Amino acid sequence: MEQTSGALTEAVYYILLSLTQPLHGYGIMQKVEQLSGGRVKLAAGTLYGAISAMLEKGWIRQLPEERGSRKKEYEITDVGRDVLHRELLRLEELLRNGREILGGISNET
Amino acid sequence: MRHKIHKWFWVWDFDKEEKWLNEMAAKGMSLVSVGWCTYWFEDTDAGAYQYRLELLEKSPEHPESRKYISFVEETGAEYLGSVINWVYFRRPTNSGEFELHSDHATRIKHLNRILRLLLVLMLCNLYPAIYNGWLYFGVSHFTLNLVCACISLAVELLVAAGLLIVLRKRRKLEREGKLFE
Repeated sequence: MEQTSGALTEAVYYILLSLTQPLHGYGIMQKVEQLSGGRVKLAAGTLYGAISAMLEKGWIRQLPEERGSRKKEYEITDVGRDVLHRELLRLEELLRNGREILGGISNET
Repeated sequence: MRHKIHKWFWVWDFDKEEKWLNEMAAKGMSLVSVGWCTYWFEDTDAGAYQYRLELLEKSPEHPESRKYISFVEETGAEYLGSVINWVYFRRPTNSGEFELHSDHATRIKHLNRILRLLLVLMLCNLYPAIYNGWLYFGVSHFTLNLVCACISLAVELLVAAGLLIVLRKRRKLEREGKLFE
């Protein structure tokens, strides 16, 4: 079983989310920026490191390269989806506790 | 028009080098090529490009490095060249802010690569320092050996000072990283 007891980094979380559709590196950067309303801007080096680590863990996979295209496309795997789901549960717990204790803010959403 | 400028930066002052390149670009002198202590600039619109440099673990010709370089290029950056394992990139300013690292973890990893390089330099230099010292004091008493030993020792101290500078940068990042990603 994958060890995913820790929190995912914001970058990893958003990269996985963005890869529910096939994207190449630059596409991931744009998608993550769009998803986060311009807040999370992934830099190329950080993205490269995260992609390499996730490929190794089997959370994402590289799609077969199209002829004539140098750009590599990636997509989330079932293992990656599982990791995302578990992260969602963790985040929900964080939100629930925060709202319960701080109150107020919860009504806004 | 092309301008050639010779300038020296210590390895641990890579951020100063990057800042200088960006300041030059802001004045309309954009780096197009690099060599050992040599920079070639071309006249462009002021602030047309943003520059970033990075120390790679392996030589830029290594397949792993080439994969990384082409990945960065795919994100709209241009690879300008390398000096040993240092690689230079630029990206047009109108494509947004250009960074190579966007979190503490990868910035710390980069500093660790620089620290490793400095440690190797120190180790390589330790041998001539000790050997020449031993020759002078124990065997030959040749002044040349003393001079060589002193030079090696001076280099050793200089690199050690650089090492401390990078360690301080890393500590600062680590402290911030304890609270924020």
